[in-house]
Amino acid sequence: MAKHHVTTTINGDPAEFLCETQQTLLDCLRDELGLTGSKEGCASGDCGACSVMLDGRLVCACLVLGVEAEGATIETIEGVAQGDELHPLQKHFLEDAALQCGVCTPGFIVAAKALLEHNPDPTETEARYWLAGNLCRCTGYDKIIKAVMNAAAEMRGA
Amino acid sequence: MAKVVLPLEVARAFADGETDHAVEARDVRALVRALEERFPGIAERLSRGTAVAVDGEIYQDWFLEEVRPDSEVRFLPAIEGG
Amino acid sequence: MGNEEDIGKIIDYSGREFQYIGKRTIRPDGVDKVTGRANFGADFTVNGMIHGRVVRSPHAHAKIKKINVDKALKLDGVKAVITGKDFPEIDINDKAVGEVVVSYYDMAHNIIARDKVYYDGHAVAAVAATTPDIAEKAAKLIEVEYDVLKPVMTAAQAMKKNAPVLHKHIHTAGVEPAPEKPSNVASRTEFKLGDPAAGFADADVIVEREFSTQTVHQGYIEPHACCASISADGNTNIWCSSQGQFMVRAYTAKICGMETSKVKVIPAEIGGGFGGKTVVYLEPLAVMLAKKAGRPVKMVMTRDEVLRATGPTSGGTARARIGAKKDGTIVAGELELVYEAGAYPGSPVALGCMTGFAPYDIKNVSCVGWDVLVNRPKAAAYRAPGAPVAAFGVECTLDVLAEELGMCPLELRMKNAAVEGTQAPYGVKFNRIGYKETLEAAKAHPHWSAPLGPNQGRGIASGFWFNIGGTSSAEVMVNEDGTVIVATGNPDIGGSRASMALMAAEVLGIDVARIKPLVADTESVPFSMLTGGSRVTFATGKAVIEAAQDAVNDLKRRAAKIWDVDVDQVEWENGQAVCIESTQHKPLSIAAIAAKADKTGGAISGRANINATGAGPGFGTHICDVEVDPETGYVTVLRYTAIQDVGKAIHPSYVEGQLQGGAVQGIGWALNEEYVYSEDGRLLNTGFLDYRMPVASDLPMIDTVVVEVPNPGHPYGVRGVGETPIVPPLAAVANAVSHAIGKRVTDLPLSPPRLLAVIDGK
Repeated sequence: MAKHHVTTTINGDPAEFLCETQQTLLDCLRDELGLTGSKEGCASGDCGACSVMLDGRLVCACLVLGVEAEGATIETIEGVAQGDELHPLQKHFLEDAALQCGVCTPGFIVAAKALLEHNPDPTETEARYWLAGNLCRCTGYDKIIKAVMNAAAEMRGA
Repeated sequence: MAKVVLPLEVARAFADGETDHAVEARDVRALVRALEERFPGIAERLSRGTAVAVDGEIYQDWFLEEVRPDSEVRFLPAIEGG
Repeated sequence: MGNEEDIGKIIDYSGREFQYIGKRTIRPDGVDKVTGRANFGADFTVNGMIHGRVVRSPHAHAKIKKINVDKALKLDGVKAVITGKDFPEIDINDKAVGEVVVSYYDMAHNIIARDKVYYDGHAVAAVAATTPDIAEKAAKLIEVEYDVLKPVMTAAQAMKKNAPVLHKHIHTAGVEPAPEKPSNVASRTEFKLGDPAAGFADADVIVEREFSTQTVHQGYIEPHACCASISADGNTNIWCSSQGQFMVRAYTAKICGMETSKVKVIPAEIGGGFGGKTVVYLEPLAVMLAKKAGRPVKMVMTRDEVLRATGPTSGGTARARIGAKKDGTIVAGELELVYEAGAYPGSPVALGCMTGFAPYDIKNVSCVGWDVLVNRPKAAAYRAPGAPVAAFGVECTLDVLAEELGMCPLELRMKNAAVEGTQAPYGVKFNRIGYKETLEAAKAHPHWSAPLGPNQGRGIASGFWFNIGGTSSAEVMVNEDGTVIVATGNPDIGGSRASMALMAAEVLGIDVARIKPLVADTESVPFSMLTGGSRVTFATGKAVIEAAQDAVNDLKRRAAKIWDVDVDQVEWENGQAVCIESTQHKPLSIAAIAAKADKTGGAISGRANINATGAGPGFGTHICDVEVDPETGYVTVLRYTAIQDVGKAIHPSYVEGQLQGGAVQGIGWALNEEYVYSEDGRLLNTGFLDYRMPVASDLPMIDTVVVEVPNPGHPYGVRGVGETPIVPPLAAVANAVSHAIGKRVTDLPLSPPRLLAVIDGK
């Protein structure tokens, strides 16, 4: 069975890949494009470790088919930093020790970035509910929420 | 004479249920040999999944730990972790 | 400082000002983790690799009659198929010597079944093919004929008189005389102090309750994954995430019948372990497939495989009985634990017995534990294995006792608190400990006296974990520019690399930014025991400190050569060699000495291979406020404070993180997590939607109080930190809920339907 040829834009760059019908966008990012920053935690859209932006919407890449990337604009964790300039969220995750094992971190950063683009001044509750789709088993979420709130404050102030 | 305390199950299987014993030995290896002479088979049983506490200090991989004449030597289950 | 005679000596730094210890530095592996560059187990690709998939039993208990792999082998793209028959036979009595009950026989059979399957998800075959899709299709073409047997799904079922027996060769151990008939009760264990019968006879008040918990999983977000490559000469490389690359090497070599030196394990970053990755599941399968296929094989578990087929921790029951005088002095304690081991023996029930009453000075204690086989996956370690359920029983019963005595539950604990010299339930006397200090911190905390509203309740509970030492190795290598590499053999599961760098910096006296800590593979650093037991900052830290001291000695010898003086004229201060005669010889920086390394004898380094003893126990006290909706049974955690004696916080942020993470796992265990099985033993909640772990919107901030009562067994006073935090929460939450609804809850999880049944008196 012939593969599908998909042409898309990832982190601002044109990209193309071949995929089988059943391969998810997550499979394609990781296995066809070598972008392993997005992680598979569950393949059922419950853990958020594969969070990416698809045409400006926060989605779980495991719930999107690879073929749906055709003509779309995709942003992954690999595109968050600008060269060696870290995004304030990334800086605060480091300064505020908002990661322990780090496997959920890419998903959280993409999701938190989407939050702050949508709402630059979230309350703690708003941040918690926005990020309820991202599972973390190591931190108990405390330092993650603090890092997001601190990054938001810095981005508003800067 | 050092005081040796065996786990209850081991005491029941080898020493008629008596957990406390007096043994003269200069290190844990010699102590276990002395116990083996009294209770044949106990050395193999103690070498499986057992830690030893000598005067309160727990050793998971015990062998040549010094035993003093007034030491208390306790055999315990080895402690794993998660 | 840094002198030859200091190596191995216990130096008491308590009260001393540290230069680097205690600083909140940016962790060295952090940038890669926030940018997605860090490689976890599933992120590796090897040229020419193919993909493996496992075929798993859909039955909880069955004999394997026949496995037909012909159709699978015929599928285009399939390169190899394996079953249990491809693995060498292991003697039934083969156990890892000197370790906790690690039966190689059980482990090998758990990884891939031989003639019987023991749980839904038990691996029976595996296939490797050129694409994941073909491997998936091939897996479906493997035909397995089962003779389905009746499963036993709970300890109660397993212990019934005519219950189906899982293993005919298992007779209850720890019972004299040894029983003739095989049993699902693998063992009985008992600990006793004093004379419990006399103690209870002397009590003014006796309370007794029985509690139950369900099977819960460690819940790491990263599924198991590995990539194995084997050359024609048998040299094997395995890339995988695990809690111990040396453990992976040892177990994989054993199960595959290979020599240790033929297997090299390269550790990936690990996405959570909590004890669940202290064993292997995929690696031996990947190696055998790679061997048969002649190609490297990558294997990654799906989430449902993780839940069905990797070790959860034991569910079980805890019966606690406590006797006290009217003034609150506890005179006797009794604990009986029944833990579900899963398909093979080895629940942590003995550890539960040893830890349940550990925070208290009780002269008469009896703890009995039963290890029971059921048709569930083989239990694996989960953060303070055995302790949370035992503490659940004891700490809730203490709450009942406090009510009965009309006494504050905190005062009750204060009155009976274990201190230095107290004999633990397992007989050993405690060295210097900080339990009382956690109670004092709880009492002084504003949380303890904050007002509560309607339908709200507050619970307090304490907990204990031994923390262990163990074999650790470290190499400290000085580069030609004076920067330093610190190599150890322990995977970093919580930020330990940052702590290794801080400890090396403290010894060397140089900026921590000039130190690069790394986790080495099995061929680049001597053997190290796995990461677990809250041992790494303590034991591997000790090795790093000694290795750094060894490097300092080498640096001093080189300085002596440069100055042409005797080495006893050289001291090490603030990262520099200083000559006692200081007018002629100006201090030499580490960079200056390193620049002359070739001239003074070659590369400069230090090493330490130790088996660390002197681990210090960690005690914690947690306070939890909840609000219960009486109409839905829904529990909201309003406020949570975790207080723990950590000895010395090397990196305070990561110490706090351990307290918060462990507390939240405990909250999930108390409120929502459980394995749900069908009557015929199939796991029904095989994903994160229905295996409901806490999410950000479930929780408030988790406040922490880090108490520091230095451990005399570590140069900087370090105690293990990671496991104690999961021990108090089950009871802290349950006690809070009990107070909120005015009825005692005894069965976890306190999910809405269950709690509503209690509220409505059903």
